[in-house]
Parts: sequence; structure tokens; C-alpha cells
Amino acid sequence: MADTKKITIGHLYPDLLNLYGDRGNIACLMKRCMWRGIDAETIEYNLGDTIDFSELDIVLLGGGSDREQMIVCSKLQEIQPDFKSYVEDNGVVIAVCGGYQLLGSYYKTDEGVMEGLHLVDLYTEQGEGRLISNIVLQSDLVSMPVVGFENHGGRTFINGNKPFGKVLFGNGNNDESGYEGVVYKNVIGTYLHGPLLPKNPEICDWLIERALERKYGQCDLEPLDDHEENEANQYIYERFAEHKSR
Amino acid sequence: MKIRKIIAICAAKCAEKASVTIFHRQGVTWAGKIALKIYPDILSELSKQIKENIFVVCGTNGKTTTNNMLCAALEAEGKKVVCNHTGSNMLNGVVAAFVLAAGWNGKLHADCACIEIDEASTKRVFPFFKPDYMVLTNLFRDQLDRYGEIDITMNILKDVMKSAPEMKVIVNGDDALSAFLAMDTGNPYITYGISEKVVDDKDSHEIREGRFCKKCGALLDYSYYHYSQLGIYACTKCDFKRPEIQFDASEVNLRDGLSFVVKEPAILESDDQLSEIRNRFSTSYKGLYNIYNILAAYAAVKSAGYQTDHFQKMLEEYNPENGRMEEFEIKGTKIVLNLAKNPAGFNQNISAVMQDELLKDVIIVINDNLQDGTDISWLWDVDFDRLKNANVNEVVVSGIRCQDMRLRLKYTDMYAMLESDVEKAICERIENGCGNLYVLVNYTALFSTRVVLKRLEGAK
Repeated sequence: MADTKKITIGHLYPDLLNLYGDRGNIACLMKRCMWRGIDAETIEYNLGDTIDFSELDIVLLGGGSDREQMIVCSKLQEIQPDFKSYVEDNGVVIAVCGGYQLLGSYYKTDEGVMEGLHLVDLYTEQGEGRLISNIVLQSDLVSMPVVGFENHGGRTFINGNKPFGKVLFGNGNNDESGYEGVVYKNVIGTYLHGPLLPKNPEICDWLIERALERKYGQCDLEPLDDHEENEANQYIYERFAEHKSR
Repeated sequence: MKIRKIIAICAAKCAEKASVTIFHRQGVTWAGKIALKIYPDILSELSKQIKENIFVVCGTNGKTTTNNMLCAALEAEGKKVVCNHTGSNMLNGVVAAFVLAAGWNGKLHADCACIEIDEASTKRVFPFFKPDYMVLTNLFRDQLDRYGEIDITMNILKDVMKSAPEMKVIVNGDDALSAFLAMDTGNPYITYGISEKVVDDKDSHEIREGRFCKKCGALLDYSYYHYSQLGIYACTKCDFKRPEIQFDASEVNLRDGLSFVVKEPAILESDDQLSEIRNRFSTSYKGLYNIYNILAAYAAVKSAGYQTDHFQKMLEEYNPENGRMEEFEIKGTKIVLNLAKNPAGFNQNISAVMQDELLKDVIIVINDNLQDGTDISWLWDVDFDRLKNANVNEVVVSGIRCQDMRLRLKYTDMYAMLESDVEKAICERIENGCGNLYVLVNYTALFSTRVVLKRLEGAK
């Protein structure tokens, strides 16, 4: 146990998928490791780079514009088999917005159909208008509410999979389900940005814990002083969700 | 329908008078809305009375400053100009500018119009008149929840530019996105830019848009950046590259305000011979981005064939009084108020703060009202790490989303004080601060903060 633990984060295509403050998610994963004395490194992969999934502990797939997503998705098929094995081997993935859509089998828009990564059994179809709102969820993974912002034209259908959370305020996966995102093995797919992790430190820690467990077999994360995080989370919860859930 | 027109103008003027003192800018918008309701043709009729040229200014950042400078430059040469000074730049605001400038009889005595238009609103304004010139300053990510992605904004601008094929586009050639638009639409275009390396860009972690060629999709190669994606670029695959620059800034000095030389080709009418004109301009206000604003205004004035004998004098006298690097002095504390509403603008603000080597306090005010964009995730695309090296005494976060701002700074290892009430935050820093205060605010916070500062300054 004398050896320092280390987490390696793979950030996929930050050149193209970097909308909505995704870099905040990376910063959060890195800092919450380092604040606890766990080494953390982020490797950025650009289109055409070879990705060795065996050296990664957490993969982040962010969101981009539809056009940029189209460029990415044509290249993604090359890494699909390795990515799929990583997921099935309990590899940790956080996929946000466009990245979430890419997890599934396809994303159908007016412009055509984008082939997905087929990592999780879900699909997305463009709907009438965009769903744009602050959003608050209740998730089984954590005790605090999950807060963020959603902005998506696609409606996602997760078939029999477990959702990331129940919507307390906002829209979620589509117009009718009342649920948001997906959890499959150690993969979280979600429309929440804001960015997601800084205001939801428990989700960040859930990802780090899963990664450490997978790599080192066990994990006890030291608690951190999260009062700034908790107050920012609480503010959104109180402003948007509290009066509704009463 | 003359009566109806006159009623429209009267109603709008009354509405403006009645409401502006209470609701500030909102009153201007109402005036436009009322006039348009009563007489829908009001904008096309009034704009036809402009004797010489209509200029419109579009682009994510710098619209208000560029437009006001352009107006001031034309006025300095003796022209009478209609202008939406307050930055009300959607359809109602544009209508109001014309209506409020017209006489009670519906007559407009003006040589030029300088109108800034919100990019998304161009498609609602262009059906009423076709401008002679469009200044396109830059395209950055801004309020994704309102406008959607930059691609959507570019498509809107492309459509309106094509709807006015005679309109000359005065474009920032250092922005690959804006330059591509100008080249792509077939409109005649004139370029401005900065052709020397001004800042060290190697440690920057800025988000850069348009890394990929809009023409062929390949990676763009940059020899260097000025800021954000503005710089010297060429496609690695096709023939797309930074266009030749007609109004070209160099010999830039950013210490103690701004100073730079503008080179432009001159066609001497006497002998058709091509030569070069050089002019040095200097200002007391800071910010590399202001060079672009000045260049844009200058290029517009020159391209339309006006004199620029008083341009430098105009720059010296130009006092924005609109919260763009606006200075206040309250109880011995020097205060600079500046608008920062998107990552590109905020990064430039931080650069301006860093140019001041003295110890300073910083208050950051972030709201999430509709006009700000309700999504504030862009705070994470701002390179706040650089504030650590800006000789900052204390940071105070304020506004509706002060909690988010405080958390953002925690991730740069800066611990900020939290005071959601802007007035209390300002008074506290005047009381306990170091006498040199920067107040960086986003859109709706600008008006409320400015009111507070004006009142405190008046009460001394």
C-alpha cells in the first residue's frame, strides 16, 4: 500500500467535443484525486490517434455541435471494438450530451442517421424543438440531488436500461419518460452539463471509486471539504426543485 | 397612411420618454415595439430617408464599441448619424433608433445610420432595409442556450448576406470563421487584421473555435494566435487561408493604453499608382480587442469614402460611458467596470487586468437572466488560471450565480469571498480593499452595477 495510486483519464476528441465547459469535468476528476494524494493524469486524444484502453481508468466523451459530432462519429467506428471491451470489462465512462448520444446505436436527425458506438442499448432521435433548461435529478448512485443544465434536440430512449436519475425539474431523456440519462455497468451517460461534476461531487467520487476498485480491488475515498460544492448544488436544488417536490 | 406614421412616431417617443428614466434600456425597446405595431412599414420608410450610407455591425464581441466609434468617427467629420447607441440590437431596438431620431412629422434628416444588430436578429431586420456595409467583428461561442451552436449563427448570417448581394462586408480577416463567411457568400469584402505577433500565446489554455477548415474540414494550421481563434491561419489541405489584409495593424504597443500603426493601400486618384498610407493611432484605454474595434470602425469609414482627418481626435475624446472599461473614482478607490459575457470576452478582460501591474481587488458579478443566457457553463471555458498571476489582492464573487463563480475559482486554487448583493460587495471593497478595483460583470449585471457605481460616485 506504500505505492501511490494513480488514475489515468482519457479525454476523447477535446478539439471537437468541447461544448458546455467539459473541461470542468476533467478539472474536477483531476483535482478530487489530487486533493486526496492520488496521482491523476489526463491524456487527450485527437482524431486519428490510437487509443490504448488498457492504460485508461476513466474515459470522458463530451459534447459537440451536430456538425462536429458527425466528423467524430465517422472515425469512432475504428475504436469501437476496443471501447466495447473496455466497457464490458467495467471500464469507467462519463459521456455527456453528444457523447451520451454516441454511446447508443444511432442518432437520427433531419440530416441523416449517425451510427453510434453500440456500447449501451439505447438510441436517439431528433425531436420537435430543443429541450433547454436547468435540471434537477434524484439519482440512486448518490445522496445529494444531481443538478445541471440540459440543451439537446435529440430524444433518447434507453430501452430496459437503468436511468441515471428521476427528473425533479427539467425534461430529461425525452418528452415523456420522466427519467434522465443511463447507467450501464460503470458507464454514466447524461445530458447534464454545467459542467456536471463540480456541482455534483458525489458523482465525481462515484466515478473515481469505481475506477480505483477496478484497478486496485478496493477503495476508501477520504472525505473532502465540499462546502462550496454543496452550497452551489443546494442553490440550484432550492431554486428549481424544492417548491415542486413539496 | 401619413397620419398613422405620425401617430406611430409620437406614441414611440412618448413611450420612450415615459419609460427610459424608470426602466433604462427596456424603454427603448418598447418604443420600437409600439411604433412597429402601429405602423409596420415605419422601419423601411425611415431607413429610405438616410441620404448616404447605412452601416450595420454584427459579430459576437465588440459590436457596441465598434458601432459607437464608427458613429463618433462619422460625426467627427460633420455627418449626421442615426445610431442605436445603447446597444438595443434586436428588431425593436433598431426600429427605435430610427423612430426616435425622426421628427414629429416623420422626416429624418440624417446622412448615415450606424446600427448594431444581434446576429440572430439580422433575419428579422434585413427584410426592412438592405445595408450598404456590414462590419463583421468576430464569431465566438456565446449563450449556447439562446443561439445554439456557432454553426447556426453562421448559417443565419450567410442567408442575410446573400439576401443583400451588393452589401460590402468589412470583415476581421484574423477570424477564420468570419473571413470564411465573407469569402463564401460572394459579397464584396474588405479586410482588417493585425499582422504581427503581439502576445505570447504558448501558455494559453483558451478555447478556440473553428479549429477545422470551414471549406474542406481539414485542420487549420496557425502560425500564431492573438487571442481565442484570432490569428494567422492556413488550411493544411485546401487553399483556404487568411485573406490579404487591407487595413493592417502593426507596431503594436500595449503599454499605457494602446498604440499602433494602420497600413492601407492607397489609390492615388491623380496617377492611378498604388502606394501605401500609414497612420499611427493611440488611445488611453486598454485591451488588445480594442485594436480590432478601432480597425473595424476605421476601415468602415475609409471604405465608404469618408474623411478621417479627425479620427485620432475622436479616439482621444471617445468616452464610452457604457460599462466598457468605464472608470469611476469613489472615496479614493479607482474602479474600472467592464463587461465580460462570454469566454473570449472574459479572457480579454483578464488580459486587461494583468496589464495593470498594481495590486488590485476584483469583483466578478454573474447573473443568469434570460438576456445573459440561463446556462452559465461557459464560466468553465474561461481561462481563470491566469488571474492567479495578476497581482490580485482579493476576489469577491457576486450576482445571482455567485455560488457557481466561487466554485469555478476554487478549481484554480483561488478562494473568493461571497456576497450576492452587488452594492454590498462594492462598498465592502471600497472600505477594506487596496484602492484599485476591477468589477467584471456579465450582461444584465452591467446595468444594475453601473447604476450602483454612478450613485456611489455622485454621493461622495
